[in-house]
Amino acid sequence: MSATAKKGAAKKDGANQPFIYRQFDQDKLRDALRKMYLIRQFEEGAEESYMRGLIHGTMHLSIGQEASAVGICLGLSDEDQITSTHRGHGHCIAKGADVSRMFAEFFGKTTGYCRGRGGSMHIADVSTGNLGANGIVGGGLPIAVGAALTAKKMKTGNVVVCFFGDGANNEGAFHEALNMAAIWKLPVVFVCENNGYGMSTSVARATAVPNIADRASAYAMPGVIVDGNVVSDVAEAMHEATERARNGEGPTLLECKTYRYRGHSKSDRNRYRTKEEIEEWMTERDPIEAFESQLMEFGVIDQNGIEEIRESVRKEIEAGIEFAKESPMPEVANLEKYVYTEQA
Amino acid sequence: MDAQVETATRELSYAQAIQEAMAIAMERDERVFLMGEDIGVYGGAFQVTGDLVERFGPDRVMDTPISELGGAGVAVGAAVTGMRPIFEFQFSDFATLAMEQIVNQAAKMRYMLGGAVSVPVVMRFPAGSGTGAAAQHSQSLEAWLGHVPGLKVIQPATPHDAKGMLLAAIEDPDPVMIYEHKILYKMKGEVPEGYYTVPIGKAEVRREGADLTIVATSIMVHKSLDAAKQLAEEGIDVEVIDLRTVRPMDRQTIIESVCKTSRLMCVYEGVKTLGVGAEISAMIAESEAFDYLDAPVVRLGGAETPIPYNPELEKATVPQVDGIVKAARELVTGAR
Ligand SMILES: Cc1ncc(C[n+]2csc(CCOP(=O)(O)OP(=O)(O)O)c2C)c(N)n1
Ligand SMILES: [Mg+2]
Repeated sequence: MSATAKKGAAKKDGANQPFIYRQFDQDKLRDALRKMYLIRQFEEGAEESYMRGLIHGTMHLSIGQEASAVGICLGLSDEDQITSTHRGHGHCIAKGADVSRMFAEFFGKTTGYCRGRGGSMHIADVSTGNLGANGIVGGGLPIAVGAALTAKKMKTGNVVVCFFGDGANNEGAFHEALNMAAIWKLPVVFVCENNGYGMSTSVARATAVPNIADRASAYAMPGVIVDGNVVSDVAEAMHEATERARNGEGPTLLECKTYRYRGHSKSDRNRYRTKEEIEEWMTERDPIEAFESQLMEFGVIDQNGIEEIRESVRKEIEAGIEFAKESPMPEVANLEKYVYTEQA
Repeated sequence: MDAQVETATRELSYAQAIQEAMAIAMERDERVFLMGEDIGVYGGAFQVTGDLVERFGPDRVMDTPISELGGAGVAVGAAVTGMRPIFEFQFSDFATLAMEQIVNQAAKMRYMLGGAVSVPVVMRFPAGSGTGAAAQHSQSLEAWLGHVPGLKVIQPATPHDAKGMLLAAIEDPDPVMIYEHKILYKMKGEVPEGYYTVPIGKAEVRREGADLTIVATSIMVHKSLDAAKQLAEEGIDVEVIDLRTVRPMDRQTIIESVCKTSRLMCVYEGVKTLGVGAEISAMIAESEAFDYLDAPVVRLGGAETPIPYNPELEKATVPQVDGIVKAARELVTGAR
């Protein structure tokens, strides 16, 4: 089921190669880097369009968290499903969405993934297994468990990944969902992207345990902590959790420690953290820079190859924004469409 | 008439007026404290609590985890046992996660215990559309709570009333839910200095008129007043009533007005069907004002859809000034 392949695996063999170099071929790894660029440049493009008044509403950027989205989705197929969060652009792209249709959604156009009804906070591409971003913190947790219940009942062999933030672990839905997933041994992986803060509230101030993964013991499932800025570490832990899920052994709680560079949403005075803290993460732990140098070190790509991918991503982003601008607006006459299912 | 000790006034925004009310209440009464998500250093999602944490400290301006059900319940528990909590939902939509504590506990505790306790909790609900935040951040669900005996539900439309009604809510021995339209937060108006209250359960006639009564809530009061101005130029004289309180409803003010004008239109942002306007219409149909009606009652409410993201669709979802003008004109000239 999972898109794993070993043929043409990266050079520098040996058991001490990081996981992804043993697990995936070089094209797959270069594609992972491409997706990371795509996420970052998509969000930079969205941010700029927002500043220029082309996009309204609000948006939550995941710049700095790309390794987690990409590492988690690396081994998934389109049939495997995810539930996403308000900070969900990266998940959507990592799962395979087309950035043109994402931009179109942000511009409120009919060609957008939600036909202009959802916007950034509800971005979804059901065709690649993304059941949607969510405006409600913790809202996706039980839904992911329900999707995993379907997978089990219908014996599809699919896994479901539930993305959520550190802040979400204090919602009742989190606890109820983990418990049910555990008692029914459902094929779901709970992926907490711990970026240190829920809006302005640090994990230390909001959560009684030091790690979100510590919650796992209350629900008798493995709780795994990884450096969420290292693609290979994320992918490796995810691989184990996925195997477990597909083998009917039940859920895993996987915590990716990461950091968001931007403010919580469009308005944020960053009063709850220091400039130094932000700068340290940006300069010393950037997930894209780290992945670039690792790929070069293992001979998967060189500087020219990097430039080529960056350039092609730049073009894809430009074309996406152009597509969004030129797409038509929905008609007010269709306001009440999609409230209920159209029936013949 | 409303105010008890009114002094000088100055211009404040609606958000500032609420902040001032909370500050005054905390100064007057040690039992008053604030709870909510990101209301401390962040100042609240809409900057309503602002810098209050600097003035009153984190023990009285308490950031909660993202736990609406638990947080609201803690506020209820503190209220029952002698404190005076003011609980902020970051968006009114998230109160759906706390319905259990609001509806089953706060509203009913006094009754179930035969009057042995009361629940003096205040909850604040930033509501409404117009910000592009789409379906889960734009709702107007005040009618839900208006359906629950034991709760009081208020919707101040001006900075003056926001401050005065919030102070009245804090004094009130029972749970008071205050719906604040997000678009009104930046609206400015004259606000008296110092302590005063505006009574819960009293509507206010914002404009007198002879041809038609519009009963509006929250932001729709302002849209209706704008519409009334335009209609006046056509010779249509509209009376605009600001409902101010959804529960308990001020029936008398509405009945008297309809007896005078013989026409009624209800304008509110919540979904039209089974909303505040349904209650007002039914109440008039049951009252002596029914015999005075010269035309069917008209309701203008939100469309039967979640709030869409696209700005044009979003606007089309809730009543706008043009629509109010058109509907009022048709009602008065008998075109409908
Ligand atoms: C039920 C609910 N409560 C509050 C909010 C407002 N809100 C949106 S995102 C957010 C912080 C979420 O923090 P976390 O889960 O850590 O995700 P992050 O934003 O850090 O990615 C809050 C409080 C919401 N959308 N839904
Ligand atoms: Mg977080």
